[in-house]
Amino acid sequence: MTKTEFEPAIPSRPVYGVLHPAVGSAHLFVADGEGAGAVCDALTSAPALKAAAHVIYIPGANGSDHTGALQALGVAQFHRAPSFAAALPRLTKVLADAHMGMQIYAAGTEGLMAQVAAAAQAAGLPYEAVQMEHRGSLARRVQCVHCKGVTENVTLDPFQCSHCGLTLFVRDHFSRRLAAFQGVCIDAEDPGQIPASVERFK
Amino acid sequence: MSLDFNDETFRGDFTYRNSARAIKRFPFPFPEDSYMYSVNMEPHVPGPVGSVFEHMFDVDEHYVSEMRDRAQVLADDPLRCQSLPHMELAGWDLLELIMESKARDYPHWFSLHRDGNQWHWINRPLQIEQRFTFMDASTLPCGPMEYITRQTQGDFTLQDQRDDDLWIEAGMVTTQADWSLDFDIGMSFKQWHAPVPLAHQAGIFDRALKFLLKLQHGAPVRRFNWTMTVDPLLDTSPENYPKWGPSKTTMTPETVGRRQHLRVELQTLHRLPRSNAIAFPIRCYLISFQDLVTVPKWARRMHRVVRDIPDELATYKGFIRNKALMLDYLAPFDDGLPTSPGFAPE
Repeated sequence: MTKTEFEPAIPSRPVYGVLHPAVGSAHLFVADGEGAGAVCDALTSAPALKAAAHVIYIPGANGSDHTGALQALGVAQFHRAPSFAAALPRLTKVLADAHMGMQIYAAGTEGLMAQVAAAAQAAGLPYEAVQMEHRGSLARRVQCVHCKGVTENVTLDPFQCSHCGLTLFVRDHFSRRLAAFQGVCIDAEDPGQIPASVERFK
Repeated sequence: MSLDFNDETFRGDFTYRNSARAIKRFPFPFPEDSYMYSVNMEPHVPGPVGSVFEHMFDVDEHYVSEMRDRAQVLADDPLRCQSLPHMELAGWDLLELIMESKARDYPHWFSLHRDGNQWHWINRPLQIEQRFTFMDASTLPCGPMEYITRQTQGDFTLQDQRDDDLWIEAGMVTTQADWSLDFDIGMSFKQWHAPVPLAHQAGIFDRALKFLLKLQHGAPVRRFNWTMTVDPLLDTSPENYPKWGPSKTTMTPETVGRRQHLRVELQTLHRLPRSNAIAFPIRCYLISFQDLVTVPKWARRMHRVVRDIPDELATYKGFIRNKALMLDYLAPFDDGLPTSPGFAPE
């Protein structure tokens, strides 16, 4: 899969690299959608890691599902989860049980990577402990600044908050703690004057 | 309410008013006839008697009503006050700084008696008397930062310092110029300033961060920031933007003088002794255009600043749609005469 080229962005938005297999006692990979490609690339370049690798995979919201390719890697543990929320209890357990030297990798959408980093931080690890590689969809995870609800997989701008129904424009301002971009009511000053949505995040 | 303090509102019927004395001491933030970003820090040392710089924390005629407004904001949205778990020590540092300053500077209003860790605090304007054990949060009705900032005008953030950066990890934010503590908490210095246009490219935040990392205990600094607010609304939060946003569309030439307010932030920065965190009080002062133009120099200068500001900044500060209305109001007060350098009236 092609790696994503990002436009220059404001400083709160993370920048992503390429997964580099590191020396470690265990290797935890969490990926969604096209992020599977980054996991395959990393483990193909360092096959010795497979015996100590645990892969958690969530098929993409856009339908991309590379479960077969990941299973074919022959890693020590593979788990396919239907959503990040469903994967979180397992991820939390793995992080809590981790020993010194476990390497953590996240690949796929920005929302997935940020949520993995947030889970790692909740387990006491620094943000930098998670290697990240963006692959596939640019769909955004957006928090409504008004009702605080998070809408997943936002591709349109503006879009309707899935919680309170306000029409929000999507800022580039990004919170690592919330693992989300910020959504702000677009017609606050002129209620009802809402421009047409465009697909900004494919 | 005593005669020292106004009984007024910052919402609904907006009865907020500045007395003649408050207008005279208003911290007009423009030292020259144009505005562009700058770090513009100076030592926060005591200023002239009666000025907003006279004391470490200025307590003015709006104190009691502002604290009542803060309590209402917090009741409506408790997320406006947050402190990450490791920031409690910085909260105690802040509580100590404020209590000692106010008891020293305003002994007729505030008293602090210390017997080891057994402290006795009296706040007469708010009719609060509290005995507590310093550094034991269970002896206060809430955390130390929340406790003292419910009794102190201005927003507050507390920045932890590590990895050569500052991290905004606690705050009391109810009088903000359209930014969300709940969203920004946990961010680094450049992350939480990310949405500010132009200033990153100008190196403003590089220089400011470098300066602040070296801030010393006992040597606080200050600077101004400003924006524009329609009606004397303290809580211009992004959370409530759909509620206050429409007010920008209903000003008329007849009401602009009364409703348009210059909003000035007196920002001070204090290194805290135990936590090594930085306390950042952001004190908001509001003045209506009709009061502002009673000082001829301010009227001339305000007109020139609004007239010449880049559209990008007017947009960021949220007043581009009313810029023409504001200029029409201010222009007759600008006779073209030169203004003297500095903040003070001629």
